[in-house]
Amino acid sequence: MTTFTRRIALTAVAAAAIAASLPALAQEKVNLGVSIPAATHSFMGGINYWANQAKKDLEKQHKDLKITIKTAANASEQANQLQDLTTVTKINALVVFPFESAALTKPVAQVKAKGAYVTVVDRGLTDTSAQDAYVAGDNTAFGKIPAEYIAKQLGGKGNIVALRGIATTLDNERMDAFNSVLKGYPDIKLLDAKYANWNRDDAFKVTQDYLTRFKNIDAIWAADDDMAFGVLKAISQAKRDDIKIIFGGAGAKDMVKTIMDGKDKRITADVSYSPKFIYDAIKLTAEARLKGEKLPATTIIPSVLITKDNAKDFYHPDSPF
Amino acid sequence: MPPEPQPSPAAPDTAAGQRATAPSHGWAERLRALGPVLGLVLLCVAGTALNSDFATLDNVMNVLTRTAFIGIIAVGMCFVIISGGIDLSVGSMAALIAGSVIMFINWAGPATGSPLMAVILGAGLAVVLGALFGLAHGLLITKGRIEPFIVTLGTLGIFRAYLTYFSNGGAITLDNELSDLYAPVYYGSLLGVQVPVWIFLVVAIVGALILNRTAYGRYVQAIGSNEQVARYAAVNVDRVKILTYVLLGVCVGIATLLYVPRLGSASPTTGLLWELEAIAAVIVGGTALKGGAGSITGTVIGAILLSVISNILNLTSIISVYLNAAVQGFVIIIVAFLQRGRR
Repeated sequence: MTTFTRRIALTAVAAAAIAASLPALAQEKVNLGVSIPAATHSFMGGINYWANQAKKDLEKQHKDLKITIKTAANASEQANQLQDLTTVTKINALVVFPFESAALTKPVAQVKAKGAYVTVVDRGLTDTSAQDAYVAGDNTAFGKIPAEYIAKQLGGKGNIVALRGIATTLDNERMDAFNSVLKGYPDIKLLDAKYANWNRDDAFKVTQDYLTRFKNIDAIWAADDDMAFGVLKAISQAKRDDIKIIFGGAGAKDMVKTIMDGKDKRITADVSYSPKFIYDAIKLTAEARLKGEKLPATTIIPSVLITKDNAKDFYHPDSPF
Repeated sequence: MPPEPQPSPAAPDTAAGQRATAPSHGWAERLRALGPVLGLVLLCVAGTALNSDFATLDNVMNVLTRTAFIGIIAVGMCFVIISGGIDLSVGSMAALIAGSVIMFINWAGPATGSPLMAVILGAGLAVVLGALFGLAHGLLITKGRIEPFIVTLGTLGIFRAYLTYFSNGGAITLDNELSDLYAPVYYGSLLGVQVPVWIFLVVAIVGALILNRTAYGRYVQAIGSNEQVARYAAVNVDRVKILTYVLLGVCVGIATLLYVPRLGSASPTTGLLWELEAIAAVIVGGTALKGGAGSITGTVIGAILLSVISNILNLTSIISVYLNAAVQGFVIIIVAFLQRGRR
């Protein structure tokens, strides 16, 4: 009886030793999970494109790297996928673009608790201890750069209308930054700022109504290249020629091309907020983990002014965005 | 005879009860029909008071042209709802048709060598695709005996997913030269009224004639009011129902062929929530969601009412932008209250 117990104990120890050595071997491989929202509008289309591009490039370069990409249509689906990534795919590193900050904080924290290295992209979690690193675009510059550009081009005097995206913290940050620059220009009047949901059709309608309401507009901050598209159509329908500047945002390929070719004298600049930052985040995380290193706690991918001079650096004809 | 989904013995009784009480409350009926008109008039008065530009011809044209898409779809939706059905997929359907038509025109332009021909064929394709999608809905609902809510909830996802797939999540854009050729269909005008408004008017008149002046229209109302009785009265229920979905599909096709030249592009956000706007237009216009009775005139007014609300909100800034959706909600409920009645 005692020998039997001892044998069991020995077997258990051996099994435990083997079990312990297995993850030690696997540790050298990086099994990276990527969780992003589904491609429901152009920008997310770009995110999906660049995530897949990163998988293609990085898996080719590194034999010990495996990348699994999951796309989710809403926050709860994303939470489920995070569970699957830990339990089924057994990831040891995660790059996540959360749908919403608050709703995904707990699910991400659970992934981290299981031992995976977590990089959060774009939307910060409400509890930063749930992440190891944070990579994001610069929303303050996204609002500041157009305000400075428009103010300078108008010589510090004129009427502006603005479009907003969807009511989110990200949209508020941009709008606040835009407003705070304008405070320095008392002769520039922001006539109104309404939501057009980052949507071409809504931007078209809102702009039509702006044009009906305001007889003199010098510049329109469309705040997004998709919305700028709707703005342009509405202006050409109303045959208005008072608008001197239309400023989009994000650097969609069509817009960058317009700036590059100088096709429209109202569109001379844009501000970058490229979905390519998901590529950078995946690359940084994968390469750091392969070396066993850590990323800095926060990496901000700067938003910069795109003009004719540097437009070609931002032109990616193959990307859907 | 297969068991019907809702053969509750009370159903025929209540329907008969309504029939019996309706004529005796003629004035109430008339007031009920006036509800949406009253709502629209009040809104317009408010709009003019808030911003004098509201009543200008340009603004009225903007609003009517914008309404045309939802309005045309709502006319088709009116038939489906009166027959006791529902279609949740129209927004996604419009988006997929728009994407397919743009891809077709971009391909056919160079392939046929005649850009004009490509645009005309593309416009035709929009209507044909709409009719085919509607036919598929109708067959699944009648022959497949699946609830319309479920069939169209399924296709809502399917249509939009295919558009997203075709566009790689980005936008499908009409080539410039072809886009210029197609533009007059949206931007052009006849006697000072934009083309989509004319087409909206024609669709509404034809819809009203079919609903009120043909045997088919009476069958649609009969089925919505009591399907079992209609069946006993030798109405070919399946055929009539399939046709309502085809009719709606054709309406979506027409709306889409007007929509494409506006922006010349389709993206996964195209037509988002159009289904709810169209259903809301029908119900605000006085049609009962459970079917049986309704009016095209009410539907048209309902559709205009909905776009007037957002137009007024854009023309003023007295209400916080965060509350815009709430205002829309309040007005819809108030108008529905004005035209309440049969229950």
